Amino acid sequence: MLEKALKGSPKYYMWVGYLLLLIGGTSGAYVNQLMEGLTITGMSRDVSWGFYIAQFTYLVGLAASGVMIVLPYYFHHYKKFKDLVIFGEFMAIAAVVMCLGFIVVDIGQPQRMLNVLIFSTPNSVLFWDMVVLNGYLILNVLVGWTCLECDRQRLPHPKWTKVLAYTSIVWAFSIHTVTAFLYQGLPGRHYWLTAILAARFLASAFCSGPAILLLVILLTEKVTTFKAGAEAIATLAKIITYAMCVNVFFFALEVFTAFYSNQPGHMHSIVYLFKGLEGHSELVPFMWTAAFLGLGSLALLIPPKLRDNLKLLPWSLAILVIATWIDKGLGLLIGGFNPTPFETITPYWPTGKELLVSLMIYGTGALVVTILFKVATEVKQEIGASQKPAAELAAE
Amino acid sequence: MNHTRRNFLKFMGVAAAGLCAASAGSALAVSGAGSSIKEPANAANAKRWGMIIDTQKCGTKEAIEALSKACHSVHNVPDIPGNQNVKWIWAAKFSEAFDQHNNYMDEAHETCQYVLLCNHCTNPPCVRVCPTKATYKRADGIVAMDYHRCIGCRYCMAGCPYGARSFNFMDPRKYLDPSKLNKEFPTRMRGVVEKCNFCVERLAHGKQPACVEASNGGLVFGDLGDANSEIRKLLREHYTIRRKPSHGTEPGVYYII
Repeated sequence: MLEKALKGSPKYYMWVGYLLLLIGGTSGAYVNQLMEGLTITGMSRDVSWGFYIAQFTYLVGLAASGVMIVLPYYFHHYKKFKDLVIFGEFMAIAAVVMCLGFIVVDIGQPQRMLNVLIFSTPNSVLFWDMVVLNGYLILNVLVGWTCLECDRQRLPHPKWTKVLAYTSIVWAFSIHTVTAFLYQGLPGRHYWLTAILAARFLASAFCSGPAILLLVILLTEKVTTFKAGAEAIATLAKIITYAMCVNVFFFALEVFTAFYSNQPGHMHSIVYLFKGLEGHSELVPFMWTAAFLGLGSLALLIPPKLRDNLKLLPWSLAILVIATWIDKGLGLLIGGFNPTPFETITPYWPTGKELLVSLMIYGTGALVVTILFKVATEVKQEIGASQKPAAELAAE
Repeated sequence: MNHTRRNFLKFMGVAAAGLCAASAGSALAVSGAGSSIKEPANAANAKRWGMIIDTQKCGTKEAIEALSKACHSVHNVPDIPGNQNVKWIWAAKFSEAFDQHNNYMDEAHETCQYVLLCNHCTNPPCVRVCPTKATYKRADGIVAMDYHRCIGCRYCMAGCPYGARSFNFMDPRKYLDPSKLNKEFPTRMRGVVEKCNFCVERLAHGKQPACVEASNGGLVFGDLGDANSEIRKLLREHYTIRRKPSHGTEPGVYYII
């Protein structure tokens, strides 16, 4: 099936070429990091994880999000999602590839990476994160690829794919729970040390992930003959809306607990993020942007009239993605490390090189998505699942 | 003879299995021989090593800098400017050291400086989170590190509630004077985490930790598990506190305030 990714329109070749150039160009920054060490990043003794781990965390959410399509299809037999399932699975593959990439670029001695296997340590959550992420990758590759191949040959899906698909649904929840456990099990990091962190992670994943997926699907509809179906899109938008409501609600729970109890440790991180602390207010504009965009996205998504407006929907989704990205891709990490264990503030901001290395991985993810979605849309077209434009039909 | 691909694969499979069994057998034989590491005859041993810091005796920046200097030169700790620095033992204000907020602190304690170092906790979060056992707790309570196993994931730095750990963001050797290196202790490479090791390498030769030696009695090191040790005597005679006891880590470093 992969051969379908080799043949395409000039526009397709240009896009793939652009991504390859982007990856090649930005990999120079990674080579520089390999030569100089992580000193090229903005990280420090106090803020010892930064942009890389934040992107990893955000993308685990994207990986888990495919389940919002797979679950209704398999558990509730919601047939309208039939043609979307493969995109959910393929998006998960690309997301996990990016997650693994962000882990690899973040560690100081990448050539020793396999020590995590050789000296496997079950009391470390990082060990389990490695297990669940790689497991989820394998599950999605197996199920996605086999089902698509069977579709192409007009054969029924083998029984074992259903077993693995059910497993992958439960597994999807596990990957983001375990990723939250990386943070919420640490003493002294008040912003993370909260039982609701895993639930918050899942809620934000189940709104932001499907939002990104839906945006990519809408784009796919534009550049290919594939059509997702109006009802499927409307249902997915509804799921996104519910998840975003839960996400905002969970954050409000955090705020209440911190401020009504008046616990300094719990309050300080939130105060630092939204008001500034000890003269440092680097993140304040970002966090308020996130708050306004988050509530704004709800205002645009909750009324059915606005939500079902396909012209408006991409914008509502985009601002939701920006809001959740600031919350999880910036605030979570920096707010977790500040105040530091010395009750001081050490500002952090990613350096240009750090952003270039991140761009390399995002480019790789985009390339994986492009290739997998190309294969999927071609197969869908071959078996007639996509609706060709009227003009083309008339010509035939 | 039919040299089919199937037969070839079968042969390769058996051969691979045999090799695995052989290497596993030899590995078992090696581990079965027991530890061949011999301790020097004069090594200092304890049930649980601990430290007590008399903040009245070493409460100035200069006094604590002398301790840092002694430690950092013995352990080849580089002096890196900026916030990607490496430090094993250093000075901090009361508000940075202890989570006991006080609006009306007396002047002596407000201006006093406090010695900070790894607490060698009984329940070390850094050991709990390390995915490779590169940091581990010894039977005598010392939390030690294997710099050759560390992958540099820095999970231990996020886990430590005391900010005791440093990461080698860059090659530390560039910041060391080759003529002043301590040849008895290794330098580190870039990309690994490090911290105070309670001078395990000196204890093995019956010596006190470098900072204790340099402290003129301000720091006392000894066996918390021995009721007759000097450190236990001091703990009986003085009111002491530990850093952030609410985290349940059970630090092994005590402060006489």
